[in-house]
Amino acid sequence: MPEELKNLKDKSRRSFLSKLWLLLGVALLVELIWVLVSFLRPRKPKAETDAQNTIIAGPIDRFEPGSVTAFPQGKFYLARLEGGGFLALSRVCTHLGCTVPWVPDQNRFICPCHASSFDITGNVINPPAPRALDLFQIEIENNIVKVFLDRTVKRKRYRDDQVTKPF
Amino acid sequence: MPGENLQRDQDSLLRRVWGSVFKGPIVPVDDRQRRRTVLDFLILHIHPPTVPVSTIRYTHTWGLGGMSLVLFLVLALTGILLMFVYRPVPMEAYSSILTLQREVMFGSFVRSIHHWSANFLIIVALLHLLRVYFTGGFHRERQFNWIIGLSLLLLVVLANFTGYLLAWDQLAYWATTIMTSMLAYIPVAGLWLQRTIRGGTGIGAATLTNFFTLHTTIFPVLFVIFMPWHFWRVRKAGGVVLPRQEGEAPSDKPDRANTIPSLVTKELAVALVLLAFVLVFSVLFHAPLDQMANPGMSPNPARAPWYFMGIQELLLHFHPLFAVLFIPITAVLFLVSIPYLKYGDDPGVWFISEKGRRMAVVSATVAFVVTPALVLLDEFFIDLPALMPGLPTEISNGLIPYLLVLGGLTGYYLLLKNKYEASKAEAVQSVFVFLFVSFVVLTIVGVWFRGEGMKLVWPL
Ligand code: HEM
Ligand code: FES
Repeated sequence: MPEELKNLKDKSRRSFLSKLWLLLGVALLVELIWVLVSFLRPRKPKAETDAQNTIIAGPIDRFEPGSVTAFPQGKFYLARLEGGGFLALSRVCTHLGCTVPWVPDQNRFICPCHASSFDITGNVINPPAPRALDLFQIEIENNIVKVFLDRTVKRKRYRDDQVTKPF
Repeated sequence: MPGENLQRDQDSLLRRVWGSVFKGPIVPVDDRQRRRTVLDFLILHIHPPTVPVSTIRYTHTWGLGGMSLVLFLVLALTGILLMFVYRPVPMEAYSSILTLQREVMFGSFVRSIHHWSANFLIIVALLHLLRVYFTGGFHRERQFNWIIGLSLLLLVVLANFTGYLLAWDQLAYWATTIMTSMLAYIPVAGLWLQRTIRGGTGIGAATLTNFFTLHTTIFPVLFVIFMPWHFWRVRKAGGVVLPRQEGEAPSDKPDRANTIPSLVTKELAVALVLLAFVLVFSVLFHAPLDQMANPGMSPNPARAPWYFMGIQELLLHFHPLFAVLFIPITAVLFLVSIPYLKYGDDPGVWFISEKGRRMAVVSATVAFVVTPALVLLDEFFIDLPALMPGLPTEISNGLIPYLLVLGGLTGYYLLLKNKYEASKAEAVQSVFVFLFVSFVVLTIVGVWFRGEGMKLVWPL
């Protein structure tokens, strides 16, 4: 083999090896970051009994049509619409996560942070909030309202089929 | 020499032990000893034995990098003290701060020092960035140190942000809620990122643990890695950039002075004055502490910490996708690319030239007028989504104003270059000044001109 070619081969082998080292170094860094991230991540929800993730709100006739009842321990509002149907609304503002209080005089939720407001169905009356309030799922059994807190349902705006009717 | 060894063996034990620790005298008396001392001491060794005389003048660096270091050290010391009392769980965090303030001698004082130093560090590091930029300290061999510097700035902001939550008062809780909620607007990865940082869906015990560990371990360790790297790079580049007057040729053999005493005494003076200022400030003003965090009640208005007010203000004007993602990314790309654009001017002259200085002043003035004008216009007169009802708000309130601003800046750049014959460096500098002043104005609007429900108000 001519001397030059040999040198060239040597060189490319060396540069290949050094690239390999670089690659290993990068892999190490990625792994370290991965480990860090997996330590930060949420733990799996404990195999919580149904009871903990479900709130028994009460018998349906405790809730007047057109009323909103707060459930602070579940972080939601139970709204009963004029038609008699129920919605469980998350109290977290869809703009930047503040807690929205229900203001009965004005018949709406008003966010103290940047003044978004929502009607009783959770629909946005006033931006900046981009979406209606999130929902929790509801089940009505023997006239008792149960709210499931495992999961929030995101939605753009209110639709009739989101309502749980007592009959 | 054998004689010397013999002499050493006969020294007293104390002398020998002392001699093993310090090679020379601790207070050097002549110039040769002074230069040796710099090399012999680990900490002084970040300096070369002699430095160019022209770089020592205070108004060249304004001591801002050194001040950042001093503030970091103060933060480390006071932070360690705080860790003896603080308990990072939601039920106890707030009360442990109360205990600190009520029952621990100097507790309140130490907390105030930590609080104010952290806030000053943001300001000082930003001023340092400005100094480096305007003296052209980011060319050639300093290019990458600008990037390391930006990483340090990011660390400063992240450390502040994670520390903010720890007091677990209303201010902290809701500021963190708002800041981490912004992440949710990032497409695809946003929610994942938010969950990771929060350690769950909401702000709770896991968030506090995450923030506490990041704040007290991860970020300090990264500082301890990046700062010496930064300093070492300064040394490798032959010290800080050599100052020049306009038209003066860059000199490769500048006059040098001994680091001890010329540089070291100035550094000590700056450090002590800064320290005195921080201490007096902390005696006069206590670090704020609100009511204990209450996840059921948001205060009105709920605000981001002041250094994020600029972004919060952007959120009021742009679609979130642009306010929290595209605009910050554009800004970061611009900052990162600064040392890598080809300029052709030599560094070391403040504002590049007299012309550059005038253009910088004009740009600052223009930004100072235009930014509030745009804020008012958007607040009261123009409702972009209403003007373009057919378009999604990502476009009407996002892409379109974003492109308008970008187009305006490009036009400004070309105007300066073509009509006023600015060099590339001068034109880029003008855009930099414009953006920086805009950001400062937005921050000021957010801090002082936003009242209940984020409406524009006149302060006082
Ligand atoms: C914790 C934050 C920081 C610390 C402790 C720090 C410290 C220092 C120190 C001590 C110097 C020597 C000269 C001087 O005192 O001005 C320096 C120079 C420098 N810094 Fe920083 N710095 C920090 C952040 C930054 C930032 C945010 C940038 C800009 C992106 C930056 C870019 C530079 C560059 C490019 C130099 C060399 C400048 C020259 O040669 O003139 N640093 N830094
Ligand atoms: S968080 Fe509710 S309006 Fe901003």
